[in-house]
Amino acid sequence: MSNLWSWFIIAGTIVSLIACFWLVAYANKQRASDAEIAESESHVWDENIRELNNPLPMWWLWLFVGTIIWSGAYLIYYPGLGGFGGVGDWSQEKQYSDEVAAAEAQYGPMFAAFGAMEITELANNADALKIGASLYQNYCSQCHGSTAQGARGFPNLTDDDWLYGGDPAQIEVSIVAGRTGVMPPLNAVFGSDEAIDEMVRYVQNMADGMDTSSPAHTKYMQLCVACHGPDGRGMQALGAPNLVDDIWLYGSSPTQIRKSIVEGRNGAMPAHGDLIGNDRAHILAAYVYSLSN
Amino acid sequence: MANSSSYNDKVVRQFAIMTVVWGVVGMLVGLIIAAQLIWPALNFDLPFLTYSRLRPLHTNAVIFAFGGCALFSTAYYVVQRTCHVRLAFDKLAAFTFWGWQLVILLAAITLPLGITQGKEYAELEWPIDLLIAVVWVSFAVVFFVTIGRRRVKHIYVANWFYSAFIITVAVLHIFNNLAIPVSMFKSYEIYTGVVDGMMQWWYGHNAVGFFLTAGFLGMMYYFVPKQANRPIYSYRLSVVHFWALIAIYMWAGPHHLHYTSLPNWAQSLGMVFSIILLAPSWGGMINGIMTLSGAWHKLRTDPIIKFMIVALSFYGMSTFEGPMMSIKTVNALSHYTDWTIGHVHSGALGWVAMMTIGTLYSLIPRLYNKERMYSIKLIDVHFWTSTIGVVLYAVSMWIAGITQGLMWRALNDDGTLTYSFIESLKFTYPYYGIRLLGGLVFFSGMIVMSYNVYMTVRKTRPEPVAVVQPA
Repeated sequence: MSNLWSWFIIAGTIVSLIACFWLVAYANKQRASDAEIAESESHVWDENIRELNNPLPMWWLWLFVGTIIWSGAYLIYYPGLGGFGGVGDWSQEKQYSDEVAAAEAQYGPMFAAFGAMEITELANNADALKIGASLYQNYCSQCHGSTAQGARGFPNLTDDDWLYGGDPAQIEVSIVAGRTGVMPPLNAVFGSDEAIDEMVRYVQNMADGMDTSSPAHTKYMQLCVACHGPDGRGMQALGAPNLVDDIWLYGSSPTQIRKSIVEGRNGAMPAHGDLIGNDRAHILAAYVYSLSN
Repeated sequence: MANSSSYNDKVVRQFAIMTVVWGVVGMLVGLIIAAQLIWPALNFDLPFLTYSRLRPLHTNAVIFAFGGCALFSTAYYVVQRTCHVRLAFDKLAAFTFWGWQLVILLAAITLPLGITQGKEYAELEWPIDLLIAVVWVSFAVVFFVTIGRRRVKHIYVANWFYSAFIITVAVLHIFNNLAIPVSMFKSYEIYTGVVDGMMQWWYGHNAVGFFLTAGFLGMMYYFVPKQANRPIYSYRLSVVHFWALIAIYMWAGPHHLHYTSLPNWAQSLGMVFSIILLAPSWGGMINGIMTLSGAWHKLRTDPIIKFMIVALSFYGMSTFEGPMMSIKTVNALSHYTDWTIGHVHSGALGWVAMMTIGTLYSLIPRLYNKERMYSIKLIDVHFWTSTIGVVLYAVSMWIAGITQGLMWRALNDDGTLTYSFIESLKFTYPYYGIRLLGGLVFFSGMIVMSYNVYMTVRKTRPEPVAVVQPA
């Protein structure tokens, strides 16, 4: 803030405070004469609207003056008067960093100790799991659900099916660095609606064995095989889902499968490492691991 | 009777009747969205019935349709009576009525369609904003020319408040809505980032201060002494609290942006002046309530006075609660919780609506050459439904809001949060139920009022009222 603006704010504030004070003092000090009071009380509007001219109630007056004095003191201690930061050296940024530092000092060592333990070990540690459950409810339940069973587009964390792998290390990477799953939209590469329908039927029935006689099989071997594999079992390195089980992240109806093929899908697990810190992510990974192991 | 020797009460009557109509409509929409918070399926998967679109419809309907019509009606009535002159420009006054109804109609169409600027209480898009500006300037011309033509030297205090309300709302509306249109239904604000936020809450808080406070204080300053037949307690107090109120309200907006990217100094100034605002706000309450001293017995017999005294009490309570919630440490607890909703409604239902209702019961018989409303008993019924309704509403939201604030900050021994958001929502459900019940009870009173008003005004052909000679 430039000096000019700073002084502009200071002047505006102080003039306003003084004006309030003057207004009260003026109205209170000016003991009107009986004649003046009588004059002001003689006004009549609309037959019976009149005004008395009683003095200001003292308790009200002191309430007003008190708030003005308090405000002056507040503005000396806290930032408010333009560029003057206040003698208390307070700011919301400082309050935040102080509180974070205090929390780190208090809880940091405990989390660091848990952070040094193996995830498989933490998954059997009651204290760690209690923390993990609390972290889960605040950071994960919005998408994966409060019972971790997922929702359409958000994987179930309690079963054995893992897009990116269910090993402790793989789960931890998912939490710390996040994951981005992309199913590209393939509308343009199919010549006709019938060809898409064919592919939808083919994919939907894949669990019963791949229908090599279907024209869609040829397409699959050209377009899909790179990610979903020749046997349709997917690929964890890319997060490509297994197509031969009965778990469908985006739904198993022909409409949903068609949508996946035609429009593609974008799955995003946000990175949490910077948000909660690696030690907490470690505990969280143990909690998630414990849900299926 | 020559035209200029009678009051123009036609426009007053039109606005008064529409106040009742829009009150019923606006509160009904409020009931629907309160119910949707309990049963989300009530939006029936229709975009125009979703909470996100009905909520601005509710706020616009109750503030600008219900509250706005009440302010137009009473400002036009009071300025004529206290200036002892007919309202200026009959046709322009008629234009303000039809123009304002058109604004309301356009709001009722565009908001459910999702056409919005996305600014709270300033959702309407630019063509409607322009219409509002034209209607408002016409309102100002009618009002101030009438004041200029007054036949008494002194301008009565109610008119000061109406004047401040009219001028400031014009300034707020125009500056907050400065935008560049890109199509008929879409525009972009000229402000960006935190400046936009600050402009929005400069507008937002002064909409409370000047629309919902100064305007209704104007109403109070005429109808309380009129109904009680008692003089205003202190002229001197009215001078001090008027100037202090209008000077200080302007500063208070930043308290809506505590702990945000708004600079520290601006947050502090918003808070400091919100605290100073307590006494000026209470000045109006003292003047209103003390005006009834010597007439307390009327509380037993006149339910209209009861409406007014309870309205003033809620005004005092809300204007204490507001400064308290503006304190940073309190705000850190209350912000983003239902406490804010409770605070707003104790002001909106307790103060604004109850003052309006009391005033209408006093005003409508006068506008239709009647001694009194069709049924005093039903006014009393309405008084109790309003009082019980607002208490249920405010108390349930206080409990819900404070508990939400406490749950969101509760920590386990290990430093993790004790509750997830969904747990605080689960806790809130029963209180959403009580809030809906409170709203329902309050709304039922509006239905009683509609019947009472209908029975009062039906089959009457109001006669012009002669302008009273100045005393």
